[in-house]
Amino acid sequence: MLIGGIAVITRKNPVHSALALIVTLLAQASIYLMLYAPFVAGVQIILYAGGIMVLFLFVIMLVSIDRSIRERQFNSQWVVGMIAATALGGLFIAVYTKGTSIFPDRALPTVENDNTQKIATMLYGQYMFTFEIASLLLLVAIIGAVVMAKKRI
Amino acid sequence: MGPIIQYITSYLASDQTPGAAGNVFWMLVYIMLVFVGLSVAVIAMNWLERKILAHMQVRLGPMRVGPHGLLQPIADAIKLLLKEDIMPAEADGLIFWIAPFVVVLAAFTVFVVVPFGPTHAITDMNIGILFMLGVSSLSVLGIVMAGWASNSHYPLIGALRSSAQMVSYEVAMGLAVVSAVLMTSLNAEGTGTLSMIGIVQAQQAQGEWFIFKFFPLGLIAFFIFAVAMVAETNRAPFDLAEAESELTAGFHTEYSGFRWSLFFLAEYSAMIAVSSIAVTLWLGGWLRPFPNMLSGATWDQIFSFIPGATFLFFGAICFYNAVRMPKHPLFRIQTIGLFGFGVVLGLIGLVLCIPAVSVHIQDIFWFSAKIAAFMYLYIWYRGTFPRYRFDQLMQMGWKVLLPMGLGVLILTASVALLQQIWHL
Repeated sequence: MLIGGIAVITRKNPVHSALALIVTLLAQASIYLMLYAPFVAGVQIILYAGGIMVLFLFVIMLVSIDRSIRERQFNSQWVVGMIAATALGGLFIAVYTKGTSIFPDRALPTVENDNTQKIATMLYGQYMFTFEIASLLLLVAIIGAVVMAKKRI
Repeated sequence: MGPIIQYITSYLASDQTPGAAGNVFWMLVYIMLVFVGLSVAVIAMNWLERKILAHMQVRLGPMRVGPHGLLQPIADAIKLLLKEDIMPAEADGLIFWIAPFVVVLAAFTVFVVVPFGPTHAITDMNIGILFMLGVSSLSVLGIVMAGWASNSHYPLIGALRSSAQMVSYEVAMGLAVVSAVLMTSLNAEGTGTLSMIGIVQAQQAQGEWFIFKFFPLGLIAFFIFAVAMVAETNRAPFDLAEAESELTAGFHTEYSGFRWSLFFLAEYSAMIAVSSIAVTLWLGGWLRPFPNMLSGATWDQIFSFIPGATFLFFGAICFYNAVRMPKHPLFRIQTIGLFGFGVVLGLIGLVLCIPAVSVHIQDIFWFSAKIAAFMYLYIWYRGTFPRYRFDQLMQMGWKVLLPMGLGVLILTASVALLQQIWHL
């Protein structure tokens, strides 16, 4: 995952960056598997790596690439970048050393066969309202995209 | 030596797939069997496609290479291996090299969860169908990479069209799959399953294949999936992206020799993979036909002879054609070859008639027979239907199949709910 992430930001060719992002997302799916969340891993592969990244690649491939390869890479915000990176690194180290004692009631469950059923029960039972709001958000996004892309309304 | 043999033989008594039992040796054996089986199937498909298409077009197809062209796929493989390996000058080297591998990887990894029997799968994930849909959507990425890396107009347009088509029909496929998975939850606890073996066992428990359930809803869902799966694998009548008259072979134009054969292998493996999804979800997987209408020990006995009978039938056809070969001395080798092939098929048929063997082979045979039926349908579609224009294709995917899929899903859910309420 780290190699994929580093490759995303360091490659000049945007197509190579997009492919490295796909590698990163697949690695993230395997991290989900290690956290005993098979449903999320499967859905991540279907939607993110197999759907969203394909659309990314469409756009990247239809845009002229010679210009972007020869674009000068600049680094003018390196001060803020260093501060943000040290803060994030400190956070990682803190979580790693403290261990699971930070989140005591969120310890990893054991491997269970009904992960999907439990997600479904929670999503359509307790979090039904949130689910409906998320679908409404997607509807707004779709309508916005169609309106922006149409020639005449 | 003792513990190793113990490790190997301890699996034989279990009733789980090797993945679930954690037995690495048998997992590797199954993986090799699936690999070899797939390769043989792709080779056979090559020959079958050319012969069946030819006979549908009132011509003979390959007849020269072996008896009735039986050695034609081997000749094709040798030709592809010996071709010059060209890489276009301005092509993106790394991506050009990786693209066939990604497509083949995606097409072959899908077979990890395909259930040839209740214990005859490499493993049985409890998100089986989700895994299959996800990994087969990774082959779209390989196609886009291939079209891009060729650095040429036709492959790029072909790749973009092909991937747009595949992504669109994945939605319709997903909806059809959801409505089939919904039918697995009509049991006592009210919970369904996403695992492939679990879906077939649900059909076995409910006593009917899901294609006939809630007639005609199962049939319509199956129809949606059958159309979407042909579009998903870029086969006729949805093969605009790779048709010769349209885009000079589309995304794999610049690939030659072995790289092209990898795409070919991946395409046929993907065909077999989506057919196995359709067979598992709607046609009862490894169950024999008529599980409850013609049930009982005698019918089981009769059905257990069908694998052997099939191979004996094929052997008989070989003998018949060998007798009808021209009596020219130059045809002698071909006649002997065909007789030999018939003898081999007959021997396989006799071996499969032995009850000890046929008990183990039953599940695998029925699964493979249903997949073979789907392959024949694929070839039939190619020989019959004219090609869809690309805008007609996209229109059908989004404006026809998607609403149909949604409708079937809603109706299936309501009928299932009504059934649970009334019969409870």
